[in-house]
Amino acid sequence: MAVERPGGAGAAAAFSKSEMMIVAAARELAGQRVCFVGVGLPNIAVNLAKRTVAPDMELVYEAGVFGARPARLPLSIGDPTIVTGATAVTSMWELFAFYLQGGLIDVGFLGAAQIDRFGNINTTVIGEYAHPKTRLPGSGGACEIAINARQIFVIMRQSARSFVERIDFRTSPGNLGGAEKAERIRREQGWLGRGPSVVVTDLGIWHFDETGEMRLDFLHPGATLDEIRATLGWDPHISPSLAPTPVPTPEELRLIRDELDPEGMYTK
Amino acid sequence: MSSSKVATMRDAVGALVRDGDTVAIEGFTHLISFAAGHEIIRQRRRDLVLARMTPDVIYDQMVAAGVARKLIFSWLGNPGVGGLHAIRRVTEGADTSLELEEYSHFGMVARYAAGAANLPFMPLRSYFETDLPVANPLIRLIESPYGDGTVYAVPPLKPDVTVIHAQRADAAGNTQVWGLLGCQKEAAFAADRVIVVVEELVDEAVIRADPNRTIVPGIVVDAVVVEPWGAHPSYVQGRYDRDNRFYRDWDAISRDPAATDQWLRDWVYDLDGRAAYAEKLGDERLRALLPSGPAPSGVVDYGEYR
Repeated sequence: MAVERPGGAGAAAAFSKSEMMIVAAARELAGQRVCFVGVGLPNIAVNLAKRTVAPDMELVYEAGVFGARPARLPLSIGDPTIVTGATAVTSMWELFAFYLQGGLIDVGFLGAAQIDRFGNINTTVIGEYAHPKTRLPGSGGACEIAINARQIFVIMRQSARSFVERIDFRTSPGNLGGAEKAERIRREQGWLGRGPSVVVTDLGIWHFDETGEMRLDFLHPGATLDEIRATLGWDPHISPSLAPTPVPTPEELRLIRDELDPEGMYTK
Repeated sequence: MSSSKVATMRDAVGALVRDGDTVAIEGFTHLISFAAGHEIIRQRRRDLVLARMTPDVIYDQMVAAGVARKLIFSWLGNPGVGGLHAIRRVTEGADTSLELEEYSHFGMVARYAAGAANLPFMPLRSYFETDLPVANPLIRLIESPYGDGTVYAVPPLKPDVTVIHAQRADAAGNTQVWGLLGCQKEAAFAADRVIVVVEELVDEAVIRADPNRTIVPGIVVDAVVVEPWGAHPSYVQGRYDRDNRFYRDWDAISRDPAATDQWLRDWVYDLDGRAAYAEKLGDERLRALLPSGPAPSGVVDYGEYR
C-alpha cells in the first residue's frame, strides 16, 4: 500500500493524511452514545471509534440496523455483516420514523461534495440543477439526518472545489446563514438537531464558534495554515489557541491497517 | 388453500410488466432482483418509470438498455464505489434526457407507506431549509391541523409493479425475509401487481411455523418466481455475500458505452435466464460468495393453543 509519510520520524510514527483524518474523526466520537453511520469515510471512522474511544457506542445504519457489530468493514452501507450479531433489524420506515425522527440519534456522521463556512452541505449537483455539470448521488438519508440527529459530524478531504463560499445546492442544512438565524429556525420548526459540531479534514479539525461558522482548532502534523487557506473558498476563523492534532497511536494505525482497511481503500 | 402462483421469470414479466409502467424493484443493497431487471431488458420493455430508493447498478443497466424514461429515487450511486455512469450520461451536461424525480430516503419510504396505507400524503420532518422542495415541487410544506407548526408532505407512490427478492415463499406467495428489510413491505403493499422472486420455494407449513417472519402475504402477490442466485451481485443474508468485485468492475465497464453494450449482450441478451447467468459466473466465483460460517437464529416456541 502506497501511503504518504509526512510523519517521517521512524516507522511507528509514519502515517498518511487520510489515516490522520480518520483517527481524528474517531476520537471526536468519545463519549457519544448513538451514532448514525454514513457510507465511506464515516464508516471507517465510526468503526475505529467503536474499537477505541467509544466501545459502548451503538452503531445505527440507515439500511435498518440498530446496535450493529460489523466483523469486517463493509464496502457498501448495506452488507450482511452489519446484520449478523446486531441488536435489532428494522424496516427503513421504523429506522427513519422511530429512531431518527423520534430523537434517538446523538450523532449523524456525514460526508459532502461541497460544504460552506456554516456547514451547509451539497451532495446533489455541481452546477445548475436542471442541467448539472456533475450529477451527484443526492440526499440519501443526509437531509433528515442533518435535521433530526442531535449533532452532525462531517468528515471530508479539504480542497478549494469542496470548501466553497457558496454551495451549488443545499441538500442538508447546517447553520444556514449564521448561528442566530439557524437557532431561531430550528426552534420555530421544531428540529431536534442542533446542527453541525465538527468538521474533520485531512488538514485539521474545525468546530463551530458562536457565530455558527467553522473555526480551525487543530492543525494536523505536516499541514500548514497556508495549505488551509489555499483549500478554502473563504477567509477562515482560526482559533487563537490553535494546537497540533496529536498523532495517531500505533494501536490506532494497527486497527486501521490490519482490521478495518487492509486493502487501503479509504486510506490511500 | 390458494392455488399456485409459481411462474417462470419470462412468463411473470411477460404478463405483469407493461410498457409505460411505473416499476419498483426494491431491496436496500440486500435482495435486489437483478434477475427481474435483466428479464425486463430482454423483453425490451420501453418508457418505464423506474422507482427505487437507490437505483444501484441494476437501474444503471436498465437505463443503459433503454427501458426507462424516468427515475424516482433518493440516492443515485454505486454504493462504496462511485457514480452510475450510464445514468450520468443521460442526466448531465448536454444530455439530460432521463427525467429525474428525487426525494430523500425517508421521503421515498414515506411515499411507499402512504401508497400502501391508501393515504393522500405522508408528513415528515425533513426538507426544512433545503433546495429539495425547489427541485421537486411535489415535496410540499403543510400546516399541522392541530396548530403546532409545519411539516413537509410527500405524495403516495403506487407502483404498477413491485418486484422483491426473498429467501423463501410458498406457492401462494407468502413471503419470508430476514436480514435487511428495506422498504419491500411498503413497496409491495403499495403496488397494483407484485412479483416475488425467491431463492427457495417452501411448503406452506414452513411459513406457518414462523409467521413473524412473513413480510408480504400471498394475498398481495401475483407471481412467485424461483430463481436461485437471482439477486447477484447483490446478496441474500445467510445464502450468499455481496459480490463487491462486480460492483467495482461495473465502474470501469459502465464508463465506456461500447463496453456497457457488450456486457449487456454477453450477460443479458445472449442468455435465456438466471440459470444460464449463474452457470456463466461459474462455481468458483459463486462458491467464494458463500458465508464463511453459519450463524443460526435461536429457536422460539410459539406454543400450541387448542
